[in-house]
Amino acid sequence: MLRTLLLTLSVVAIAHAELCKPDAQNAFKVRISIKTALGDNAYAWDANEEYLFKAMVAFAMRRYSSKSTTQISNVLLCNVTDRVSFWFVVTDSSKNVTTVPGSDVEAAIRMNRNRINSAFLLNDKTLQFLKITSTLSPPVEPSTPVWLIVFGVVLCLIVAGIVFLIVSGIQKHKKKNKESTERENLEEKVEVTLENGIPCEALDLKAGHINGVFAADDERFTSL
Amino acid sequence: LSAAPEIPKEDARPKWDNKFQYILSCIGFAVGLGNVWRFPYLCQIHGGGAFLIPYFIALLFEGIPLLHLELALGQCLRKGSVGAWNTISPYLGGVGVGSWVVSVLVSLYYNTVLTWVMWYFINSFQEPLPWSVCPLNENRTGFNEECYESTAVNYFWYRKTLNITPDIAESGTLQWWLILCLATCWAIVYLCTIRGIETTGKAIYVTAIFPYLVLTIFLIQGLTLPGATDGLIYLFTPNLNTLKNPRVWLDAATQIFFSLSLAFGGLIAFASYNPTKNDCEKDAVTVAIVNSMTSLYASIPVFSVLGFKATTAYWDCLDRNVISIINEFDLPEESIMRQNYTSWISFLNSSYPEKIAGLKLKSCNLQEFLDQSVSGTGLAFIVFTQAIILMPGSQAWAILFFIMLFSLGLSSMFGNIEGVFTPLLELRIISKSAPKELLSGIICLISFLIALCFTLRSGSYWIDIFDRYAGSVPLLVIAFFEVIGVAYIYKIKRFSKDVEWMTGRKLNLYWHITWRFISPLLLLIVFMAFVTLQMQKPPSYTAWNPKYEGFPMKEEKVYPPWVQAICVLLAALPCVCVPLVALFHLVKQKRRSKDPSFVPPEVFSSQGANS
Repeated sequence: MLRTLLLTLSVVAIAHAELCKPDAQNAFKVRISIKTALGDNAYAWDANEEYLFKAMVAFAMRRYSSKSTTQISNVLLCNVTDRVSFWFVVTDSSKNVTTVPGSDVEAAIRMNRNRINSAFLLNDKTLQFLKITSTLSPPVEPSTPVWLIVFGVVLCLIVAGIVFLIVSGIQKHKKKNKESTERENLEEKVEVTLENGIPCEALDLKAGHINGVFAADDERFTSL
Repeated sequence: LSAAPEIPKEDARPKWDNKFQYILSCIGFAVGLGNVWRFPYLCQIHGGGAFLIPYFIALLFEGIPLLHLELALGQCLRKGSVGAWNTISPYLGGVGVGSWVVSVLVSLYYNTVLTWVMWYFINSFQEPLPWSVCPLNENRTGFNEECYESTAVNYFWYRKTLNITPDIAESGTLQWWLILCLATCWAIVYLCTIRGIETTGKAIYVTAIFPYLVLTIFLIQGLTLPGATDGLIYLFTPNLNTLKNPRVWLDAATQIFFSLSLAFGGLIAFASYNPTKNDCEKDAVTVAIVNSMTSLYASIPVFSVLGFKATTAYWDCLDRNVISIINEFDLPEESIMRQNYTSWISFLNSSYPEKIAGLKLKSCNLQEFLDQSVSGTGLAFIVFTQAIILMPGSQAWAILFFIMLFSLGLSSMFGNIEGVFTPLLELRIISKSAPKELLSGIICLISFLIALCFTLRSGSYWIDIFDRYAGSVPLLVIAFFEVIGVAYIYKIKRFSKDVEWMTGRKLNLYWHITWRFISPLLLLIVFMAFVTLQMQKPPSYTAWNPKYEGFPMKEEKVYPPWVQAICVLLAALPCVCVPLVALFHLVKQKRRSKDPSFVPPEVFSSQGANS
């Protein structure tokens, strides 16, 4: 009894070793860069993390094929290095000692990439499935391009400035014209009321106006 | 004009609000984009600190004398460039006309450079900056091919901004976003120059002082960046061997000349609004020294940032190599750091040489990254924008940087437009009753319509042509005739008496020697050397062609014959004004002398013309 058990176990182990090795058929290489992603909060990659990984792959397979036949034991990991990198395959428990086709695994991982990444607090760049390309997210485009808004603001300010300057220029021009016509009118008025260079208002004064010519002559003659 | 000139009776001529406004306008005109993106480049390629020697010699013997000459001329004669030269001698009127033509040509293309700055400015308000990421291709499997092969910054400049064609002969269509920005730029220029110096005098307070503030901010920020000291050491380490190369001296002389914006007529126009009793000698020395100091001051943040960019590129190169090695040999993360990279590489090379060779690692050399020197638009729109992405808070830095470039360019535009505006105002092209606003509006509108051809897809090739041919050789020719005209036709004795009357002290021997002998000789040598160098190889340009095998390197192409004809026309048009106008007056003189009833007026009379 014990011997048959040991025999089957060793056969299974050898079969697994056959199935999971670098560059095996339907095997994928995974490369994880925890320190790059998390810096000081980096966790160590140990057997528990490997268990979680197997669970996530099994979860992805279940979601993709929507039949609950994939078990954690179906996911085989091998060649774990210090990098951290390893190879994995998914075996098919219904058919003995065969692996699920690579295209199915790829499709399953692609569908659930986000969930797998967040389980490990990583992203597409730090949890790399070599050979599985990730779809790039489109950049966020606002409905109106931002630059048009800024441009509109700038243009409005400038047009306001120009209009203000032109209007103030026209007003100044009008004021200057009005001033110059007023000054002309004033000069005309003054001209009308000048007689011999003396304004008429001054002539009406009782005090009169000293005629400088006669005042000077008076002094030549001796006073009476 | 040999005796004390009469104080002009007309107060109708506008004047500066105060002396500071005038000095600031001259400084603003002189300090432009070239101080930021040409001087540091020249310093870098011509042996760092050693370049300062030919630079200051050129400043002393060419820059300051010519600047003093122009300012004294404008202040003395109180007219724009055309009127001033007509006053000196009608035969020299062509010098003024040539200045005017150059100012027109330069205004056209200079504002288009400001259009590009404005475009980058309004795009800096986005997160992330549009030149930091490549757009995706149609089926979203990867990045846009053109962007992927070059860089995101290059793609944004050549494709999204210029939408450039691979050849100058292919004009393409007008780019609507550039038309909008061009209209905005000309509207800003109109707003600021609407009433001549009344409005530019107010605007200059902002546009001339603001760049210094931003340069200081960038200086402080730049010095804190990693790798800044490498850049600065690289810039300022003098290599005296370069002084043996005559090219260095030529570059120093042309840089001083173009940096001070001489021979545009704008300085004459600015000085003509001064009161006559003003110390123009001190003004000239002040403006020249401030301009050179600004160039030096600007090169410090520029080189700190370039050093930072080179260091980051070097670290990126190292990191990429480290990742390849770690992935290939499955070593744990962070086992190879930048510091022990060289020891690891030598160890691995000795133990597994084939594997290392198979990785095709790029050799990372900091010196190589520092050596990548760029000047002009490449510095601002490609290299600096890339460095800005790497800084924290990139939007703020981008906005500050582009506003600074815009104010630097705008204050130079004021001088250019003044050089166009003042002679037209004096020639009474439009009736006196029409407001000044109308004339400036017409100038801006016509310039905008002509400059639309720079918004074509091949526009930037045309701007290079204008920069190389319209903004270089004609200025040398005009300046040469300026010095010769004042020193030998107007006679130095008369001019020195005028300057004495204005400044209140006797003219120094230095001015006599430089105006009479050194400056004309220097200008002649520079002109000959410049033309010889240009003639040595057929004029060519580098085109951005995505289909070129060496892409992302630019493709070297020769100008087609019709373009070469336009280049010659651009260079010859201002120069040919000088002999044409002289010939015209000669013919007029001969016709008058044949007419017996007519009494010929004195040819060199300038007494009555002083107003």
